Amino acid sequence: MLTINRLSLQLPLYVSWWKREWATCLNEFSLTFCSGEVHGVVGASGAGKSLLAYAIMGLLPTAARLNGQLAYQGKPLDEARQRQLRGRELALIPQSLNALDPLARTKRQVAWAAQRAGQSSRHALQSAQRALDHYQLDARAQQAYAHELSGGMARRVLTAMAHVSQARLVIADEPTVGLDPLQRQRVLDALRGLADQGKTVILITHDLRHALPIADRVTIMRDGQQVETASARAFHGSGASLASAYARALWLALPDNGFLSHAVSQAQPTEQEITVA
Amino acid sequence: MALGMQLIPRIARRLSRLTLVLLCVALVSFGLMMASPVDPVDAYLGPQMAQVSPEQRALIAERWGFDAPPAVQFGHWLRQLVSGDLGWSHVYNQPVSEVIGQRFQRSIMLLGSAWLLAALLGFSLGVAAGAKEGSTLDNLISTYAYITASTPAFWLAIVAVLLFSVTLGWAPTCCAGPTGVLNQDVTLASRLHHLLLPVITLALLGIANITLHTRARMLELMRSEVATHAFAQGASRFDIAWRHGLRHASLPAITLAFASLGELFGGSILIEQVFAYPGLGQATVAAGLRSDIPLLLGIALFTALFVSVGNMIADSLYSAIDPRMTSGGL
Amino acid sequence: MNSGQPPSYPPPNIYSQPRLRAALSLFVTTLLVMGLIASQWLLGDAPQQMQFDARLTPPSVDHWLGTDALGRELWARTLAGLALSFWVGCLAALLSTLIALSLAALATLSSRLDTLVSLLIDTLLSVPHLILLILIAFALGGGTQAVIIAVAVTHWPSLARVLRAELWQLRQAPYVRISRALGKSRWFVLHGHLLPHLLPHCLVGALLLFPHAILHEAALTFLGFGLSPSQPAIGVLLADAMRYLSGGYWWLGVFPGLGLLLMVLGFERLSNHLRRAL
Repeated sequence: MLTINRLSLQLPLYVSWWKREWATCLNEFSLTFCSGEVHGVVGASGAGKSLLAYAIMGLLPTAARLNGQLAYQGKPLDEARQRQLRGRELALIPQSLNALDPLARTKRQVAWAAQRAGQSSRHALQSAQRALDHYQLDARAQQAYAHELSGGMARRVLTAMAHVSQARLVIADEPTVGLDPLQRQRVLDALRGLADQGKTVILITHDLRHALPIADRVTIMRDGQQVETASARAFHGSGASLASAYARALWLALPDNGFLSHAVSQAQPTEQEITVA
Repeated sequence: MALGMQLIPRIARRLSRLTLVLLCVALVSFGLMMASPVDPVDAYLGPQMAQVSPEQRALIAERWGFDAPPAVQFGHWLRQLVSGDLGWSHVYNQPVSEVIGQRFQRSIMLLGSAWLLAALLGFSLGVAAGAKEGSTLDNLISTYAYITASTPAFWLAIVAVLLFSVTLGWAPTCCAGPTGVLNQDVTLASRLHHLLLPVITLALLGIANITLHTRARMLELMRSEVATHAFAQGASRFDIAWRHGLRHASLPAITLAFASLGELFGGSILIEQVFAYPGLGQATVAAGLRSDIPLLLGIALFTALFVSVGNMIADSLYSAIDPRMTSGGL
Repeated sequence: MNSGQPPSYPPPNIYSQPRLRAALSLFVTTLLVMGLIASQWLLGDAPQQMQFDARLTPPSVDHWLGTDALGRELWARTLAGLALSFWVGCLAALLSTLIALSLAALATLSSRLDTLVSLLIDTLLSVPHLILLILIAFALGGGTQAVIIAVAVTHWPSLARVLRAELWQLRQAPYVRISRALGKSRWFVLHGHLLPHLLPHCLVGALLLFPHAILHEAALTFLGFGLSPSQPAIGVLLADAMRYLSGGYWWLGVFPGLGLLLMVLGFERLSNHLRRAL
């Protein structure tokens, strides 16, 4: 459905007043996402997960240098096509809850998302209502402002906004941050539900535990590179079926596997290793 | 309702603060007048000063209470003030309250229309400029705003007179109506014609502030996660400026418009002076230059009231309109 | 409005450009100010020299910006006026910053003093600047000193408000509280923790005050409350020009104000760049 072929991304970095260097954030990244799957993208902070999402959506800063190809449904996904598909075929559930407009009521914001996907204003309000009902947000929450919502509710509102757009590719950027286990499960279930409708869900998270229960496949990222893509089933036991040491280390570092964190610290990059090209 | 319960003490608090501030203004301005080297008897007598003997001067001083200690004079003035008597203006030979009333009627036309024009135009320009940072439109508008923000008000008025009145002859050079015509005979069209240039000049200056402020708010919004999220939904810049921008920028703009009433009034003093527009600003200058102390004090108090109410509205607007304030969140 | 362009987030040159611009505008402004000061030596008494055979002549090769009703060169008078404005503005802004800083510091000492200072701030802010300027100039009887004091006394409240808020915030900052809990002296806290934070604010505040101070000085002088009419101040030049407006002597009104505008614009840009860079 979405193919990423040798995608490289560099961002300018000012090391002093005038001197500029290019930091490589994605390095020859290749991956294919299929429809109907939840694809977990897991990596440490700074591995380039969010930038990958922005690159797919075409929301990178103008100063970024991008190389490589993106293809959506067989056709190349360039800037013009991204602009055309954003909000209609491609949807992003942003990482931060600040993405909700603090000055507009919940339902209205969801209706805007629907309008941006091409619905008429009356139709948009109806689908906003339906989407919010679907995510168990009651009438009070629908008339609330962002600061009146709990973290879990706000997260579900963001999910509802991606839902109303009818997008076929949904990227969820760290949707589980700051949620208690019950809320987290609700959000993850919602994402699984989207995939079961035949959509593609890219679940970006730094916590392998959150991705594994609902993901079909998991890609481990490190320093902007793809370390391993494996079926979620490969993460079991001692992780013997995982090809790379880093993926195995991440798996073994989970509490259920006995906190074998020394394995990760060996596999973690040192400061010097962080690529500055 | 809980809202009403909250509202009444809040208003009471604001009103008592307002009274306190006005009392301080009265004290400060009265103190300044007392400190002035201008002899109030001389100021009262004006050119007849030379014809008056020292005994008569002493009599006058006693009659008006100029010989009493400052504190007593202040108490006396304050008592008069409370009973609604602002004193007698010797420049206009009228009670101060009448002078202020008449003059303010003329000034309010100038102030009000310039204020409205500046707020509306400034806001629209600010939104247009801030919607896309670095665009040609943005560069044009912000350059304009930066330049007018540094322009001396009276110089702009002088240039306007030179260009539109002297050279092109489109607008009259002075006053609120044609010279030689009685005030009540001036037609509305003529009144507006005389008002046009001062209003535009005053508004041009006020625009800069609101434009820059609104633009800054828009830039902030356009860099925020709200805008990124909207872009991710496929929104255009226009869509974001329309749906999110207006919400985010309008309240600060209105607040600033109310908070900048003092600046507007200062501008109107200068512009009335250049256009010889007989408003409150011109009366202020006349009172100052010809040592009309009661009038000066009256104007100081009146403008302080005017500006304080503006500030009060500005403060209250946020708590009344911004949803983040009303429900006690954040 | 162009649609659908991705936002430039983070701004591509968040570190380099503001500082570069600030350095550049600092350089240019310093150069201009030095030129302005140097010109006063070179000019001598040219601003006051009358040429009776060249009265009210329009700008030409001989008389660059034209001459006034007494045949005095307008360019020399404008330069002298700008230099005067500069000094008055400098002194007033400096004085104003000092008042703001000391009153803000005073306000942090006790809550009673704080209410007093904030009441004073509210009082001064509730009177329009120009009215207050007229009142103070009236009380002091006019003249250069009166203008400087009047401008200084009217302009400190907004800066004081910023500094006061900053100081209150700093006092609550964990590192200041720890420092006090460790038994450091008041002086040490003030000197070691508070001042380094406040100084950039003061510098930028003073620079932001400066253009306002110049504009208000000129306005006050223009209205007849400020510098004496015998001095070649910009306000005096423009008040003079008012008398010759209807005669079409446009250069008298245009050039002095343009000079003032350029100077104020220069400092306004400089302070804005500095604020962004610091």
